[in-house]
Amino acid sequence: MALSSCSLSHSFFICSQQKELTSKKRDEFEDILEERRLSSDLRYAMKCYTPVIYKGLSPCKPNAIKSAVLQSEQVQYVIKQLAKEMGESPDIIQEEAMEILDEMGHSMQLGAVRFFAFTLSKIFKQLFQRVCVNEEGMQRLQHAIQEHPVVLLPSHRSYVDFLMLSYLLYTYDLALPVIAAGIDFLGMKIVGELLRRAGAFFMRRSFGGNRLYWAVFSEYVKTMLRSGYAPIEFFLEGTRSRTAKTLTPKFGLLSIVMEPFLKREVFDTYLVPISISYERILEESLYAYELLGVPKPKESTSGLLKARRILSDNFGTIHIYVGQPVSLRTLASGRINRCPYNLVPRHLPQKPSEDIQEFVSDVAYKMELLQIENMVLSPWVLVAAILLQNLPAMDFELLIEKTLWLKGLTQTFGGFIEWPDNLCARKAVLSGLTLHANIARLVDGHVVLNDKGLEDGAVGEIVFKRALAILMCATYRNQLLNVFVRPSLVAVALQMTRSFRKEEVYSCFSFLRDVFSDEFIFFPGISLKDFEEGCFLLTKCDAIQTSQQEIYPTDKGSVIVSFLSAMFKPFVEGYQLIFRYLSKETKEAFTEKQLIPGVRNFVFQLLEKGNTQCYEALSSDMQKNALAALVQLGAVKKKKIVETLLWDPATKFLNSLAGCFCLPLPFGFQSFSQGFDKQREQSCLFLIEGLLCVLE
Amino acid sequence: MVAHLGCIWQELLKWNGWGYNDSKFIFNKKGQAEFTGKRYRLGGMVLPTFKEWIEKTFGASLEHKTTSRASLNVNDVPPSIVNEEFLQDLRATKISYSQDAEDRVFRAHGHCLHEIFVLREGMFKRIPDIVVWPVCHEDVVKIVELACKHNLCIIPFGGGTSVSSALECPEEEKRTIVSLDTSQMNRILWIDEKNLTACVEAGIVGQDLEKQLAESGFCTGHEPDSMEFSSLGGWVATRASGMKKNIYGNIEDLVIHIKMVTPRGIVEKNCQVPRMSTGPDIHHFIMGSEGTLGVVTEVTIKIRPVPEYQKYGSVVFPNFERGVACLREVAKQRCAPASIRLVDNAQFQFGHALKPQVASIFTSFLDGLKKFYITKFKGFDPNILCVATLLFEGDREKVLQHEKQVYDIATKFGGLAAGEDNGQRGYMLTFVIAYIRDLGLDYYVIGESFETSVPWDRVLDLCRNVKERIVRECKEKGVQFAPLSTCRVTQTYDAGACVYFYFAFNYRGISDPIHVYEQIERAAREEILANGGSLSHHHGVGKLRKRWMKESISDVGLGMLRSVKEYVDPNNIFGNKNLL
Repeated sequence: MALSSCSLSHSFFICSQQKELTSKKRDEFEDILEERRLSSDLRYAMKCYTPVIYKGLSPCKPNAIKSAVLQSEQVQYVIKQLAKEMGESPDIIQEEAMEILDEMGHSMQLGAVRFFAFTLSKIFKQLFQRVCVNEEGMQRLQHAIQEHPVVLLPSHRSYVDFLMLSYLLYTYDLALPVIAAGIDFLGMKIVGELLRRAGAFFMRRSFGGNRLYWAVFSEYVKTMLRSGYAPIEFFLEGTRSRTAKTLTPKFGLLSIVMEPFLKREVFDTYLVPISISYERILEESLYAYELLGVPKPKESTSGLLKARRILSDNFGTIHIYVGQPVSLRTLASGRINRCPYNLVPRHLPQKPSEDIQEFVSDVAYKMELLQIENMVLSPWVLVAAILLQNLPAMDFELLIEKTLWLKGLTQTFGGFIEWPDNLCARKAVLSGLTLHANIARLVDGHVVLNDKGLEDGAVGEIVFKRALAILMCATYRNQLLNVFVRPSLVAVALQMTRSFRKEEVYSCFSFLRDVFSDEFIFFPGISLKDFEEGCFLLTKCDAIQTSQQEIYPTDKGSVIVSFLSAMFKPFVEGYQLIFRYLSKETKEAFTEKQLIPGVRNFVFQLLEKGNTQCYEALSSDMQKNALAALVQLGAVKKKKIVETLLWDPATKFLNSLAGCFCLPLPFGFQSFSQGFDKQREQSCLFLIEGLLCVLE
Repeated sequence: MVAHLGCIWQELLKWNGWGYNDSKFIFNKKGQAEFTGKRYRLGGMVLPTFKEWIEKTFGASLEHKTTSRASLNVNDVPPSIVNEEFLQDLRATKISYSQDAEDRVFRAHGHCLHEIFVLREGMFKRIPDIVVWPVCHEDVVKIVELACKHNLCIIPFGGGTSVSSALECPEEEKRTIVSLDTSQMNRILWIDEKNLTACVEAGIVGQDLEKQLAESGFCTGHEPDSMEFSSLGGWVATRASGMKKNIYGNIEDLVIHIKMVTPRGIVEKNCQVPRMSTGPDIHHFIMGSEGTLGVVTEVTIKIRPVPEYQKYGSVVFPNFERGVACLREVAKQRCAPASIRLVDNAQFQFGHALKPQVASIFTSFLDGLKKFYITKFKGFDPNILCVATLLFEGDREKVLQHEKQVYDIATKFGGLAAGEDNGQRGYMLTFVIAYIRDLGLDYYVIGESFETSVPWDRVLDLCRNVKERIVRECKEKGVQFAPLSTCRVTQTYDAGACVYFYFAFNYRGISDPIHVYEQIERAAREEILANGGSLSHHHGVGKLRKRWMKESISDVGLGMLRSVKEYVDPNNIFGNKNLL
């Protein structure tokens, strides 16, 4: 077997490669590195590459695409418009468009692809034990690519994602994708250009106001899509998720790639959700620093070179699940039945109708939910979730027992765990601990967080180190959250309302869902369905019983209910701290740049004094999400004053929000429900009801 | 019962299929396809490659045959229910009529696939109770008066070539249904050579109109594909379009004056002028009214001297895209010949399969040479190339000049002149295609044509998407053989084109082929609408496409039409339920 050199604790993976995934409906995985370890990388890189391509494709060079874009009616129209408005000659604007295209355009070359095929083989083999792919997914993709234009929508957790699919498609002899990349990559010497040659095209981070840029960019993407030139790859999440939780989708690029179908310029378009799961994320510590406000290093070639020391580390297995291609035509059928583009020439820039915007948003959420559904969860994810509820130290045996218990629960909730049938829990936990030795370790039969830096640091430093460890650990627990969120919010709601009346529990659930709408992924507008799903899953694991009007926890269900609400406690508490900060500490409008350090200091002080244990409230991600939720709830208003966004808090509303979560400060480690007293409970209910009225 | 006149014409035609009794495709004793009769150029000819084409295209086989009932089973026919008082009144008018089952069934349908299928294998639930044959405008006035008096339902019947279910009797109609057959109103009343107009009774069929006008050296130039059988009144009632509209115009351009009998009275104008500004043109309420408002009895129509010279032509293009680009350019330069059509590859091969046996080795050698030149020397892929067929008309000199202009444009788009013969065969195909459907029906192949109009910039997308949709729907609906899904751009305009689709498939293994067929046709129509095409360019709406009317012309638009109907025919005497 190929992995003979790796450590003992991982050897079980090899023995049981046949059937690793417990859930039966899932596809089998195949390790593509295995072949690489057995044969020459050079020969692989130089192999005869005759990819499967779109049936209607007439081959053309990257430059031909650029000139087609420049000559297109769409771009020419905008050029003429701008020329008229600014009183300039169209030639000058055309020149500008050309420059934009040159900056943006990829120049895919087989040579560069082969170079990456070679180097990535070397790097991947060094970093990862296995890179596993569901072969059925690849076969489905192969059919899809021939049939219609294809859009690849991978999840985004690491820079490794970036060329992973190209590597995969090269391996399987499929047409290589063109990849939407942030313009910052171009700042990297050589690497930027190399990426360009490997098929990356570059988009500026914000170009809302620039009509020429928008026209050129969207036409560039659409031209490639319409002609079936190559699969188009981009990240719905827009950026790497620093928390391993799926980020709420960005709609811009998605609406661009959907347009050719909506305008019937193509018969159909396939959207392919792809889940890339990392057993250990390459950037885990970088992310934690970043979340705590230590800025992310700018993309630079020297930075990349410095990062090479990680090559000596072990990052476990990557699972790539290529989902079922989703036909856009099928999604749209019965939904967009009007002919929205029939009355205006199709080349005129047109703001999509509300119908269409809503459709784009629904498609985006649907794709992300499909990504989430097929994320592969490692046993370590379960360990992390349990550990975070049992800090600072946990008995090893208990941990094993709990892990096994959580495994069952996760599977009941539809989580996709990589856990070979014959693997005992002890080995699974141990191997997780080995791989993640930087986060937690086994000391005297207890598992403890690896949060000790220098022995005698200042209080601040200890808090910081601890926050780092917790945030890193949370990154893994987070992978469970979107699987758990529906039943868990029902559990939280049950505890908050202290009522068994379905209606009340639902009100509370629905409120929580709104508050956390940027934190977790919910399909828009189906609160009731989500609630029912949550209840169904809780019933399935015997945690609750439901009747027509009531929901009540069963005797043995209280363990599950407490566990689930404790799992989401950091968010409830974190949001409350943030709301508190906003209602108490800010009187005037603020910018995001002011808010984040403000909250951070506020929480930091509370942590230093031991008044809270909610380290996760330090995460800038949570702070931003909370702010977005507040804007949506109308508690904070967004204003634009001279290029800066200001947020204006409505203090009263905020107070009630903070109260709504109804948790006493300081928080102890006691179980969630213990902090309740009768009076608070009443006011909480009152507030929630009041709030819901306001929201309606 | 009064002896009637309709039978002469009726007996020449098939009772359960298209066209003349004596003209049909058969497989002869050698198993080769042959077209019978002497009415068409193809008559009596053997088509050596046609059988192979059918087998290859549809997966059909001569061994699997279905047969239609040999004749109408009179016992199946719903009884004629006519009130005796009305019959007395009718007899008093001396207008001939019939309650004979065959006469009634003959007028109970048009030529939609499902209608022919019913004729072959079943029976209509509702058919006219009585057929009347007015011979002049006054007769029609009397019939409409009687219908109002006795509260009957009138369904006007012209040539019976409708492909929109327009002639089907509404099943739930409880009143006596009178089929008003206009075929005996077929005289040219006068010809005005100074103004180049002719006043004609509305029941005349296209070929008679042209024949009779030709005796005086004139023509209307209106040649819809159904012109052998369809009537002037029918053209007006459906907003028909003719093949040579580029020179002569569509029906709305040809009509100078219309006389129509409605329950409210007679509607007409006070003069016969080329144009007038007197509010919305009332002709446009009548044209396309599909028999819902009244009966068109007399039409004054523009005529032209018969052209001195006619010439067919054809151009081969490397692919459909180039062909469409060429047609667009021709339209832009406004130099379209009398007819210009672009058939896609599948239809080109279809046409090719109808090539008769060549007379001599020499022609066969020449054909081979041509094929070699186009495919090998010019590098055209025979499975991708497409053909435009052309028809020029006018002064000999001008035609030749015009021809050169068009061929010059074609050359710019990679087109190669491909001879007169190919062009002529293309046009012949339109007249015989309906006969081919009857042949298909004998071998489990069902099919139909449908059409739309679309802006130029969407022609390619629409053609591709609709064809693809058909293929997919067939697969999804369990059709076991790949369908024939083909189109042609059949008319060009300044702002767009008319596209015509043929769609047929082998239904072996499907229990309810008509239902499947209708589902697919409906999906294809949805696809057309989603691609920015119209509900219909010239077939009309009838009952087949009613469901999309609101979407097509908006609520208010539909209300406008309804209010006209309500005023003109408040008791719904013209109750065929078309359009609205």
